[in-house]
Amino acid sequence: MTTVRVQHAPFDVGAELALLDRLGGGAVASFTGIVRGQGGLVELFLEHHPVMTAAALQRFVDEAEARWPLVGATVIHRCGALAPGEAIVLVATASLHRAAALDACAYLIDRLKVAAPFWKRERFADGTERWVEARVEDDRAAASWQDQPSRAETRAVQR
Amino acid sequence: MAVEILYFAWVREQVGVPSETIEPPTDVRDVAGLIAWLSTRSPGHAAAFADTGRLRAAIDQAFVPLDAPIAGAREIAIFPPVTGG
Repeated sequence: MTTVRVQHAPFDVGAELALLDRLGGGAVASFTGIVRGQGGLVELFLEHHPVMTAAALQRFVDEAEARWPLVGATVIHRCGALAPGEAIVLVATASLHRAAALDACAYLIDRLKVAAPFWKRERFADGTERWVEARVEDDRAAASWQDQPSRAETRAVQR
Repeated sequence: MAVEILYFAWVREQVGVPSETIEPPTDVRDVAGLIAWLSTRSPGHAAAFADTGRLRAAIDQAFVPLDAPIAGAREIAIFPPVTGG
């Protein structure tokens, strides 16, 4: 079971994870991104390319399923205006084993960061606004999945 | 052939419109050439496209390098590096 959504509305992390729990895999891993309020941030606005985004998120889930034995995956990304403390993204994966669930979850969030067409604009209490710059570390994290086997694959070889 | 150009984030703000339908001259063959040609359309375009190292592109919803040919494209998006997640 896969769920891929881009939405303005908040999502219920507990309810989404419960859906994956019920698939019977035994291992559910998740990552929730929360808007940071540091530096006087009052609003984070997410712009995106709707058609491209939906296709990209589905492609990342397809890639993860091809790479790890998942029984389910959920990717939900918010768009529009968000306040500090609000959840902005949820990635969750279910598998029979923890390594696959954890690795697939990390893979998905790394891919989202550099290859999903979202742009973030920060607005601060003093009225200033700025677009968030892409970070080289995010590119490195995403690229590292192409260069090396996942931790689960490495463990399988070592056994 | 007419092609729809989409702009996002600060590129959209500097150009001043979210999209425009244009017909580039036939000697404009790749995305970089298109960007150079678009730069001449207005001061806003020129400002947005001053540093091509800060620009990324997608043709028909797929990311492409700036030297990608534009022949046959229906939609070309130009934007800064993405910052999702």
